[in-house]
Amino acid sequence: EHGPYQPHEPGCGLDQPAYSPYEDQIPDPQARMLAIKNAKAYLLKTSTVSGLNLYDHFANILTKILDEQPTNTVDIIEDISKDVKCAQFRKKMDTLRDEHLILPIFEAAEKCKALFVKEGGEEEHEELDEEMPSLPNVMETAFYFEQAGIGLNKDESYYILLSLKNLMNVQPIQTCRFWGKILGLEMNYIIAEVQLLEGEGEGGEEETGEEEETVAEEEMGEGEEEGEEKEKEAEPPKSTYKPPPEIPKEENGTGTNKNTYFVCNEPGKPWVKLPPVTPAQIVCARKIKKFFTGRLDAPIVSFPPFPGNEANYLRAQIARISAGTHVSPAGFYQFANEDDEEEEGDAYEENPEFEPPPVAEMVESLATWAHHVKGILKQGRCVWINPYQKSEEHEEEEDEEEEDKEEGEEHQEERRLPLLTLISEDEGMKNIPAWTAQASTNLIPQYSVAILQSNRWPGAYAFASGRKFDNIYFGWGHKYSPENHTPALPLPVQAEYPSGPGITETVDPTVEEEMAFKIAQEEALAAEEEEGEEEDLEDD
Amino acid sequence: ALGASLPLLQRDYRFERVWFWGCIQGLRGAYYIAEGLGPNLAAPRSRLYSLNCLDWSLLTPATKEILALAEQLNGRFQGDPSFEYNLAEINAEAAARLTEGGKEPVITEEARLIATIEQIDRAVGVIPRGAFVKTPLGSVHENRHFEGLSLLEAKKLSSYFHFTEPVNLKNKTLLEKADLDPSIDFLDSLEHDIPRGSWSIQLEKGGTVVVLRSLLWLGLTFYHVPMTKQFGYVYFGTGEKNLDLPFML
Repeated sequence: EHGPYQPHEPGCGLDQPAYSPYEDQIPDPQARMLAIKNAKAYLLKTSTVSGLNLYDHFANILTKILDEQPTNTVDIIEDISKDVKCAQFRKKMDTLRDEHLILPIFEAAEKCKALFVKEGGEEEHEELDEEMPSLPNVMETAFYFEQAGIGLNKDESYYILLSLKNLMNVQPIQTCRFWGKILGLEMNYIIAEVQLLEGEGEGGEEETGEEEETVAEEEMGEGEEEGEEKEKEAEPPKSTYKPPPEIPKEENGTGTNKNTYFVCNEPGKPWVKLPPVTPAQIVCARKIKKFFTGRLDAPIVSFPPFPGNEANYLRAQIARISAGTHVSPAGFYQFANEDDEEEEGDAYEENPEFEPPPVAEMVESLATWAHHVKGILKQGRCVWINPYQKSEEHEEEEDEEEEDKEEGEEHQEERRLPLLTLISEDEGMKNIPAWTAQASTNLIPQYSVAILQSNRWPGAYAFASGRKFDNIYFGWGHKYSPENHTPALPLPVQAEYPSGPGITETVDPTVEEEMAFKIAQEEALAAEEEEGEEEDLEDD
Repeated sequence: ALGASLPLLQRDYRFERVWFWGCIQGLRGAYYIAEGLGPNLAAPRSRLYSLNCLDWSLLTPATKEILALAEQLNGRFQGDPSFEYNLAEINAEAAARLTEGGKEPVITEEARLIATIEQIDRAVGVIPRGAFVKTPLGSVHENRHFEGLSLLEAKKLSSYFHFTEPVNLKNKTLLEKADLDPSIDFLDSLEHDIPRGSWSIQLEKGGTVVVLRSLLWLGLTFYHVPMTKQFGYVYFGTGEKNLDLPFML
């Protein structure tokens, strides 16, 4: 509305600094210069805290902004200011920080580089014999699984392949396979399934088992002796607990211990061999559910107490997963002998006449797949064994009755489905089928791959395409349960004394009853004395 | 297919950013989920799902009733969005309320999907500290100045935040609050999550990538490359909360 103020109007000049309405009386350049100098001196005043001054700071900021020309500068001006300030201080710390940061990355890179270095340069040409154990083609399986959307990074698969090759050079190995990867809290596990050349097993663990048994029974014997001596005094409570007999573990090369497993945390690190699994460990592993930390020597704190540390728990879970989810197209393997189908035969071989069914059929019906690993019984083994046959030598008279009771309960032989059963017979949980099958892609049916996902063990996958198939596991290592996990309740508190007339409370006898009892006793005594006198008389 | 369909989504719904949230595996099929955002990153996000990565359907935002009901549903997703869970078996009261209201006492799988995604985002959606900036007006923007966490910071749980409304922020002591920068530290950090240890931090490839995995919702993975702007999280799993977590630690 109002045009620009004319110099003679009173409103003019109010918006300009240092120009009060009365300024036209003193257009003194000296005073203005002085004001400017004062302002500049103020800006140049060094801060006592940081040694900077505002003037230089603004100059730096404006230089930086004009150099970089970021977008939306007005929004990030405070950050720019902070950065300029921080930049002043970085000079001293630079060298220290650089050295610190470089270390972890370079270490890992060195390890990976070591994988690429070939070992034993001269002998390589001789290794092309047929005796060399076959390296699994990890990249090929990775490719097939990638069709399904499962798998590791290509770099990582390649590193795994190289470290498997290292493993084969070190250990006497017959066949080897990449089993999968189990995630842990601090570190992950990469697992290789291996069959060692015959004669390489270890048998050291059975002895300790027997020792434990004998020790326990000795303690029982001592307890009984003490009881007899101290009958008149208060008896120490006798332990009626008889630990269940130790179930011997399966031999290496059969059943749950058919394959040996090597683990490492990352490709490039040395492989560690996992100990063979005992049935007790499997039985306990079924009851607990724990995350893996990534360190093999970590203790497992749980109830019921797990016999072993994390290496044993890992091995037990691997055994369970293999038994539950390793499948192959039906007919790929057949029994070596026809008789073995009835018994629990272990031996199977490839069927040379196997004709792979088309992929569509493999996806539609689960009857085209079969397990090729034995299921684990409740006992914790693949082949049932009666644990009471050995312990007859150690029985004592008092224990016979109890033993008979226990034998009656456990004597039922446990049977699992025979070895090459079709997976359509796997039971689901509630209304969830045990397996989900799908083809990798619907768009290109001629090259698609049949993929099986296990619902009982989430993370277990199998693929099949023509004659090629494989199983793999990527996951946390736990079984799926639709209900929440309830830990085992602690055992009932043991009774201190078996209840009997000696310790049960009864009403104290009344005075009359006592008097009557006393009179009866005196009469009995009197009767005896008379008899004794008569006898003495006779003897004399 | 994702690479082709996500930009189309962005165009159709006028999102500023669209990303692939993850995949919930059902028994018979998997749901692929995408999320889209407008300019304000703190606004409720629009979620879309698809069964084949090509055709996407918008999901309605979650309401409190759906959240409460869906928490009681257990078991895997079926893979079929119109599958109906019978409420009467699970919660008779809620079923009664619904029938009084004139609706059928069922929950569709789609509603369960909505509730689950919302729960997962609320519980374990993660961003690194400093990646987002809150303006004085209250809206949240990406911080162009964010250059990534350093290696030291990346190993600490306190440098990661939940990307939802903060719950614990006001409970901090005054001393702690003095160190905070209100434009960056406006969210809850992961440090005080209950139960302790429900996150697993791992450095992979010798420290070039930091991977955070949630143990509460198994399958949520967050990655960040230190000293760069790259970060993100994705969920690949069955869509079930891991209620056994306290036993497993």
